[in-house]
Amino acid sequence: MDDVLQIEPLAGRRFAATGIALEPAPFCERFSLRAGPEEVAEVGKEIGIALPVKPKSSKTLKKISALWLGPDEWLIMAAPETGLSAKMSKLDGTLCSAVDVSHRNTAIYVEGPNALAVLNAGCPQNLSLTAFPKGACSRTIIGKSEIILLRESPERFRVECWRSFSDYVWNFLVDAGKSAQI
Amino acid sequence: MSISSASAGANRIKNRGRLNRARTISFTWDGKSLNAYDGDTLASALLANGIHLTGRSFKYHRPRGILSAGPEEPNAIVDIARDTARRQPNVRATVQEVFDGMQANSQNRFPALIFDVGAVNDFFGPFIPAGFYYKTFMWPASFWKHVYEPFIRRAAGLGTAPTEADPDTYANRYAHCDVLVAGGGPAGIAAALAAARKGKSVILCDENADFGGHLRADIHAQIDGQPAMDWVASAVAELRSLDNATVLNRTTAFGYYTANMVALAERVTDHIADPDPELPRERLWQVRAGTVLIATGAIERHLVFHGNDRPAVMLASAAQMFANHFGVSIGKRVGVYTACDSAWQAAFDLHEAGSPIALIVDTRSEVPSQLLAKANDLGIAVKPGHKVTATSGRLRISSMTVEAENGHGKEKTPIDALIVSGGWTPSVHLFSQSRGRLKFDADNGRFLPDEVAENCICIGGCNGAMTLADALDDAANATGSKPANCEETGSMVGYQIGTSNGKTDSAFDKSFIDFQNDVTAKDIRLAVREGMLSIEHVKRYTTTGMATDQGKMSNMHGLAIAATELGREIPDIGLTTFRAPYTPVTFGTIINHAKGKLFDVTRTTPIHSWAQEHGAVFEDVGNWKRTWYFPKPGEDMQAAVNRECAATRNAAGIFDASTLGKIEVVGPDAVKFMELMYTNPWQKLAVGRCRYGIMLREDGFIYDDGVVGRLAEDRFHVTTTTGGAPRVLNHMEDYLQTEFPDWKVWLTSTSEQWAVIAVQGPKAREIIEPFVEDIDLDDMPHMSIREGRFCGVRTRLMRVSFTGELGFEINVPANYGRSVWEKIWERGEPLGLTPYGTEAMHVLRAEKGFIIVGQDTDGTVTPDDANLSWAIGKKKTDFVGIRGLKRIDLVAEGRRQLVGLKTLDPREVLEEGAQIVEDPHQPIPMKMIGFVTSSYWSENCGRSIALALIENGRAQMGEKLHVPMANGAIAVEVCETVFIDPDGSKLNG
Repeated sequence: MDDVLQIEPLAGRRFAATGIALEPAPFCERFSLRAGPEEVAEVGKEIGIALPVKPKSSKTLKKISALWLGPDEWLIMAAPETGLSAKMSKLDGTLCSAVDVSHRNTAIYVEGPNALAVLNAGCPQNLSLTAFPKGACSRTIIGKSEIILLRESPERFRVECWRSFSDYVWNFLVDAGKSAQI
Repeated sequence: MSISSASAGANRIKNRGRLNRARTISFTWDGKSLNAYDGDTLASALLANGIHLTGRSFKYHRPRGILSAGPEEPNAIVDIARDTARRQPNVRATVQEVFDGMQANSQNRFPALIFDVGAVNDFFGPFIPAGFYYKTFMWPASFWKHVYEPFIRRAAGLGTAPTEADPDTYANRYAHCDVLVAGGGPAGIAAALAAARKGKSVILCDENADFGGHLRADIHAQIDGQPAMDWVASAVAELRSLDNATVLNRTTAFGYYTANMVALAERVTDHIADPDPELPRERLWQVRAGTVLIATGAIERHLVFHGNDRPAVMLASAAQMFANHFGVSIGKRVGVYTACDSAWQAAFDLHEAGSPIALIVDTRSEVPSQLLAKANDLGIAVKPGHKVTATSGRLRISSMTVEAENGHGKEKTPIDALIVSGGWTPSVHLFSQSRGRLKFDADNGRFLPDEVAENCICIGGCNGAMTLADALDDAANATGSKPANCEETGSMVGYQIGTSNGKTDSAFDKSFIDFQNDVTAKDIRLAVREGMLSIEHVKRYTTTGMATDQGKMSNMHGLAIAATELGREIPDIGLTTFRAPYTPVTFGTIINHAKGKLFDVTRTTPIHSWAQEHGAVFEDVGNWKRTWYFPKPGEDMQAAVNRECAATRNAAGIFDASTLGKIEVVGPDAVKFMELMYTNPWQKLAVGRCRYGIMLREDGFIYDDGVVGRLAEDRFHVTTTTGGAPRVLNHMEDYLQTEFPDWKVWLTSTSEQWAVIAVQGPKAREIIEPFVEDIDLDDMPHMSIREGRFCGVRTRLMRVSFTGELGFEINVPANYGRSVWEKIWERGEPLGLTPYGTEAMHVLRAEKGFIIVGQDTDGTVTPDDANLSWAIGKKKTDFVGIRGLKRIDLVAEGRRQLVGLKTLDPREVLEEGAQIVEDPHQPIPMKMIGFVTSSYWSENCGRSIALALIENGRAQMGEKLHVPMANGAIAVEVCETVFIDPDGSKLNG
């Protein structure tokens, strides 16, 4: 079928206020990857990226990002043109679990000098650059919703959440964005 | 110096005070327009305009004035409004800053502040002792609800709550820092600056608009060679310029929680005339601090004597603050009654600022000679070793009566204001909230911080510092820095706790210890005489310390009086517990962002917008909005559901099942794990086939159910109920992580990865066939799953049925959900395809006797009770719940079993939850033998149908039972649970 459209849950939304801009991230492919310590190296070799093993850290190589979420859990993300699905299918014979969650999550970019203040309206983690530097990631919360937070630069964060929570997360960030100025 | 006739009140002192007098602002007090300066509190502005009377007391409706200049204020509690919606009662006039257009009103008076009908209570005071309400309103019991309680509720209480919704917004901020400094007086500022200069991340907060603490009331102290307030200004400016420091004024540290979590309430717009509507009114800060430096200072106490509550009786430090910071004179002939050195300096400042001091009375016979000398220099009369025994003046004090310690030399002195000091109470509230232990300092009559429980250090006044130098030393020691140099004249030495004029047993004695709750010294003594031995009992019996000020000024007095009456030492009686919040915090601040659409998460499916556009009515299922039914114009709910049910059986229905929980179970041990989690056997389930699974808890009762498809030897697609999705995943993870951590199997929630479109009915296959690619529908029996493409999109196509009709559940990646739904709709509508909602789904499944976990089960139903014994793998040796199922009471006769019910009158629809009896004529209470779990009108059966759990239900097929209702019993017949197509020919067609 030629005209079966993808509809992203936050399509068309925009928000900007003093020192803060919100924008839905474009669609990307995502896999929830689970593997034990013995398999980490082999799994990384198959998909072409050494999986980070340090808590709260991520790695990006050739446009594929691997986010450490737990001792045996990673979120692997890449733009559709990267061919991530093909790479992940190579894991079929490997002792691990790779599950496509591309459509389970959606993401919001939070950017600007007030990004940290906006996120800390609902996220209890220490997001200072020393505690949460560029590349740091964490499964945490915004208000009443679980999120995965990735710091792409000092003033740019990616907030991943489940699609049905995205309206709440977006509205929360907007509410926080209006009141972020101290 | 003289009092100027400046436009912002006649009582402004020329060349005194730190307010900018370039511009006046205007506000109203009880409807009368008055002027103030920027930076005035309502209290300073009222005093500048000669107004001391600000309210009526809680119980006796006595006229009351402004007692303090800070958050401890018990008397001047007022109502502040911007407009009808933005109105707040019980605001402390000493904290509220005046803004242009502010409407302030007094409370607790009728009809007017100067003439209040409720003041008759004052004359009846002897008849309203402590515990009066407990004693009087006990009998008869029936009077409580309709007579006593409404009467007390109307008479008592301060202020009235606003009736309109709060239009303001509130915000929250989590923050982390190395050092949190609570309190911006000299110790706090010095410590914050020292820590910040060392590179620590610092948050400094202070509850007032201006930093400086008591230095604001001081015009003599010098720090580092400059006037102390200049030092404050430059230190705060330096802190504000540093990236590693956050400086928050108007911000109260109100709660100290576990692991150095401190809650702050920041008042963002309450002082602004025309705030930016996007700004929050208040912001909650939840600060996780490495170290907390508690620099909360000390609060001056009043003295306890007869008539100590008249308007224009004021704390000495407050009068000094009004003069030196706000430039406001409190009177033209001021009396002083003190037990502490600091009030002498306040008196000298007032005297020099144009408020002549009539007389200084000190309870101590020994007063430092330099104070006596200075008084002599200024020509002020002094009476050491004397006490004030009475005052006069109805709406403002007009005289005080003084006598010597031995009762001689009684003399009345005319005055128009009286400043008092009973010494200083260290503000150990936050330290005590942190579970830090206090010790009693008998030499100075106060409790001081002792053993710490958290990583915190008390510095300055709250740690017992009595001079500026002591406070700065504390700050230096806490931060490992050098103390700032200082010169000063003040000292906080000297104190009095308890009554200052001995026992007064007169019934008319009005020696108040707690102003806001109208508790007098004799009330405390009465409580002790009536058997209240613990201070906690005394507090509750007399209500001392229970008002909005939480006894900041009164607690030490109450404690001392109770100790004297009991003949015990103060430390033996103990102290009442300090609890958060330190000062009142609005509910708005506590809930902050969580209101309106952010009150809770509202989850919607990818197909939600289509349903909305097609007139759907939604119901809440957990956090989900699910499509309930699709009424056509003119249809009520029953008509819509009847049409949807009939269409699904006669042609086809389309249903959004996206909210179903989905879990992908992957790994070589996946099948082993499934064997453990579900009652069913999984080893022999072929790839590409589905099975209905039952999950139990250890106790053997049904926990969840759902269809499970096997995608590969090591991969299962598990579905759960909508509401059960999170707990089922947790239940599985729990076993995996705690019991079988070495098993090679992983769980991933895919509930939201897939949109699920159910197409059910005889035409289902005809409708979906053209869209299916890479899948052979002829090779898809009932209960099978295939991966392929649908509308060109990757799919997991399941042939399953929750309606008893030929049916498919089409799983497509969620972003494609709406588009694929529309394609099916476009093709199916001409063939009779009808969208249906959850209500029709419930009816259709009940017609087939399919249970809904949570509706037909209630956590006490076994598989056998629900006729699901067939779903238990007979050869299995283990699964969660297998031992529970063998419990004696679970295998005993007489358990409630799921059966169908038909009303004898087919048009009668039973109520769900209705109880069932054998004999409707038996005496009440009747023996209930079960209850209705599901009940509907079934258009397809042309009659009502119901499911019920009934004792030995399966043995009672065909029996007549009864459902007693308010207007008579309904006769029913027990039947099988399947009402339509009992042999399943439709399913497999």
